[in-house]
Amino acid sequence: MSNDSMSKTLIVAILLCLVCSIVVSGAAVYLKPEQQKNKLLDKQKNILLAAGMLQPGQKVADQFKKVEKRLVNIETGEYVSEGVDIASYDQRKAKKDPKTSVRLDAEIDIAGLKRRASYAEVYLVNDDQGNLKTLILPISGYGLWSTLYGFVALESDLNTVAGLAFYDHGETPGLGGEVDNPKWKAQWPGKQIYGDDGAVKAQLKKGGIDPNNETDKQYYVDALSGATLTSNGVNHLIQFWLGPNGFQPYLEKLAANILAENVSQQAPEDESEQAAAEVEM
Amino acid sequence: MADTKTDAKSLLLGPVFNNNPIGLQILGICSALAVTSNLKTTITMCIALTLVTAFSSFFVSTIRNHIPSSIRIIVQMTIIASLVIVVDQILKAYAYSISKDLSVFVGLIITNCIVMGRAEAFAMKYPPIESFLDGIGNGLGYSAMLMTLGVIRELTGSGKLFGFEILPLVNDGGWYVPNGLMLLPPSAFFLIGLIIWGLRSFKKEQVEKSEFKIAPHSKLQASHK
Repeated sequence: MSNDSMSKTLIVAILLCLVCSIVVSGAAVYLKPEQQKNKLLDKQKNILLAAGMLQPGQKVADQFKKVEKRLVNIETGEYVSEGVDIASYDQRKAKKDPKTSVRLDAEIDIAGLKRRASYAEVYLVNDDQGNLKTLILPISGYGLWSTLYGFVALESDLNTVAGLAFYDHGETPGLGGEVDNPKWKAQWPGKQIYGDDGAVKAQLKKGGIDPNNETDKQYYVDALSGATLTSNGVNHLIQFWLGPNGFQPYLEKLAANILAENVSQQAPEDESEQAAAEVEM
Repeated sequence: MADTKTDAKSLLLGPVFNNNPIGLQILGICSALAVTSNLKTTITMCIALTLVTAFSSFFVSTIRNHIPSSIRIIVQMTIIASLVIVVDQILKAYAYSISKDLSVFVGLIITNCIVMGRAEAFAMKYPPIESFLDGIGNGLGYSAMLMTLGVIRELTGSGKLFGFEILPLVNDGGWYVPNGLMLLPPSAFFLIGLIIWGLRSFKKEQVEKSEFKIAPHSKLQASHK
């Protein structure tokens, strides 16, 4: 049979497609479990990194056992327990689906997100007594070239930053890309998010912070030099996600819950102690 | 390629020095710009491309006597694409962080001119073993160029090699001010240009004969000459 006859051409094409499709689908199916494990590990690593809990040399999956994933309805600030599979919920995917996300009006959309998922993933780290030690919240927003995705970790007072890190962005290497610089990230732990009036006060300060100024030391972090727009983006996304359209309702509810728990734990004891505890909170 | 030498040594080493796919044939530039900002991704890309070129040449050559000439490009493409997808899946499963850095560029090996060029120019004419070696050789030639770029770019751009600090950066209390341009794709373009210039001044036979002579602007100018 000549190579260029119609039947030979068809036979070669069909056989080749068959063999190739079997090889490709075989590889995809066989390697899928391994790939999903990698994806999950990668995310867990980023979460631990943001919280400053990542211990090099230890297995990420083991370290992550202390972390509890929960879903929060961003609008109401309540936990979501029904109707969705918490373990497999992906906030970035949910944002793209009109059924699981809401459109943001231009005036409240300071972080340039356009939409946000209705439910957010939050990660709670409890200490041995079962009290909240660290709360890790996902944050995202538009910088100069790209959307930055990251996590902010708060200490149990829900106001002090325990860590802040971005795991995915496309900012200019060397300028906006310095959001990945460990030295810059090291400024975050210990900063306060909310000012006395309850509004978000933490932000990046252009020109760097003044180490002798109390307000600077308490709330501000150096802006990224040569990257005004990325710095603005980071400011906006902090404003948005920790503000009233972001996690503020949830944080307020959570703070009230913690307070109530502490009160009920201390109730059998002297009442004056209880009052003191309340004042402390 | 009019090269008729098919012994193993010239197949393997020819493309590295004398007939470099990037340096002489100017193929595969796009990925050379994109993945060379640090050595780790560069090496992974080199290994992936070498394997794909070698195996696609091998398979194309194995069935070369049965490929109808009317659909030969599609047949080559299908084989290359399947191999690339398999490589991509393997990277995702066993080297996740690297595959994240390489992102779309593994997929773009499919359109890398070197792979296609070797399948069409060499593997369609020569037996499988020679084609396999030719694929490896061209992969090595590509790798040699990419590694050079990777070393220069990572060292001058972030003061590191393989992520280990070589030149202490000013930001971390050292003395070296990194050149941010070296981390951006255009820098690779300039470097490739300089390397090609160097190569051709050193090896005169690599200079291409001009295909046409540029005519002067006017008859007057021509008559003065």
